[in-house]
Amino acid sequence: MAVVAVPRVDTQAAPRNVGDQILRLVLRAAAMSLVLLVLAMVVAMLHAAWPAMRAFGWRFLASSTWDPVAEQFGAIPFVYGTLVSSLLALLIAVPLGIGAAIYLAELAPAWIRPPIAFLVELVAAVPSVIYGLWGIFVLAPLLRVWVQPVLGTTLGFLPLFQGPPYGVGMLAAGIILAIMIVPYITAVSREVLLAVPTSQREAALALGATRWETTRIAVLRYGRSGLVGAILLGLGRALGETMAVTMVIGNRPEVALSLFAPGYTMASVIANEFAEATSDLYLAALIEIGLLLFVVTVVVNAVARLLVWSVGGPVKAVRE
Amino acid sequence: MSWLAATAAGLVVLPLLLIFAFLLWQGASAVNVDFFTHLPKPVGEVGGGMANAIVGTLILLILAAILGLPIGILGGLYLAESRDRRLPWVARFLADVLNGVPSIVVGIFAYTVIVLPMRRFSALAGGFALAVIMLPIVVRTSEELVRLVPASLREAGLALGIPEWKVLLRVVLATARAGIITGVMVAIARVAGETAPLLFTAFGNRFWHQGLDQPIAALPLQIFAYAIAPYDDWHRQAWAGALVLIGLVFVVSFAARVVTSGRFTGVR
Repeated sequence: MAVVAVPRVDTQAAPRNVGDQILRLVLRAAAMSLVLLVLAMVVAMLHAAWPAMRAFGWRFLASSTWDPVAEQFGAIPFVYGTLVSSLLALLIAVPLGIGAAIYLAELAPAWIRPPIAFLVELVAAVPSVIYGLWGIFVLAPLLRVWVQPVLGTTLGFLPLFQGPPYGVGMLAAGIILAIMIVPYITAVSREVLLAVPTSQREAALALGATRWETTRIAVLRYGRSGLVGAILLGLGRALGETMAVTMVIGNRPEVALSLFAPGYTMASVIANEFAEATSDLYLAALIEIGLLLFVVTVVVNAVARLLVWSVGGPVKAVRE
Repeated sequence: MSWLAATAAGLVVLPLLLIFAFLLWQGASAVNVDFFTHLPKPVGEVGGGMANAIVGTLILLILAAILGLPIGILGGLYLAESRDRRLPWVARFLADVLNGVPSIVVGIFAYTVIVLPMRRFSALAGGFALAVIMLPIVVRTSEELVRLVPASLREAGLALGIPEWKVLLRVVLATARAGIITGVMVAIARVAGETAPLLFTAFGNRFWHQGLDQPIAALPLQIFAYAIAPYDDWHRQAWAGALVLIGLVFVVSFAARVVTSGRFTGVR
């Protein structure tokens, strides 16, 4: 009986060709360099922030004193400013972004989708410094002259809307941030909604649901985790956004309840004071703030990616 | 409910129109030949331009492209082609995470690894920072476009007995080339407007560039400095600079869009 040699199918077989081996090494090295880059960022920033971490320990996160002259540094005003401005931005951007995504993915006539999607992409392509410029010269005067006096007289009993109308301040920062992150939320949500299987919609329609009910029950619910991911991606952007916020938030390291008051964010204190930091400890404190920002945004982005991938899969992931 | 969603979509693109209208209104009157050919005038003197900043931005972009593109494209090819188990997933994930890292943090990173050892701000540090920002975008775009290359092309090459490395470089990469070039252009447009990572790497300079190891001017930096300065003439120039910058960004994005939609209708 003849024995037939069955060819072994092995996708992991070592390439025979030297060229193949070299290319494989080169490609693997390129991918590894991404991993090494992220590691290097962590190590370099830990190293540079170490003097401040040693000097202040956990007090850094619990103190609201920022006094470069006395070399006392606490991050509270910046953490507060970052959180408040970002949350304010989300409050405005989430309904708009998700609404626009629903329109683009579900409701709009086919011919109108590509141009609007393209415009949304352009909103995301405008450089941050240009939003800042617009914020200083258009938005801030608008808020000072029209919006803040009206808010102050109608809703002035709330502590949120008290104090002199400067124009620049937490409110301006929140609005600029909202404008800047809304295209990300829209684009990612749209991709998430488009990744929802058609059978979901057909099933709901077959049960007699209207178009809106179909969107709400079959599409939004199915894509829920992806939408949360899209919102978190927007949050990640807002937390780290620097130039536009620096230009309109007023840059005062204080914790004030009013949205009219000037504030400061983690990113903008770095932008303003880094090149002028006079002592090593001052610089280390700023780098520690940067490290904090890095860790927070990495966590937010990692969670967001996993959520978005859970709907669409990683391969057709969203490009920004 | 439909009209509510449509309103939301309108509100999302409204700021773009507003900003663009203001840029044209304020910037167009300040853009003139001097703006493109002259150095900034000393404080107090009216006139001058941002020629050094435009050149500086171009130099920074070229530096960033040299540093970031080869690794980015090869990394993308790896992600699309590799049959390894863990590394592709990890690299893809880190690329997306890196994409979300605030650009100012990348600036700090460039400061600690280049400015501190060199003991001075430099064009090199600025270019490096931009390259780090560009890298994840290029990786993910290249990956997507390499994946679009039909398997039959690959198989045809391999069936002819061409070694795999040659098929990858000469067939797969060559087929995806037009798309990758567009992706690269989008990435360049995106980093062209970056300001935060240049604040303490490239630092800015009021003169022509003096070598890669010296501080260098950049358009976004100049816009920022002029916008927060207390002089009306500088504000005017800031608007002009913003108009030029956004023109650069939009032309590149638009060109990329046209090229892409012509070649691969199913990209997005």
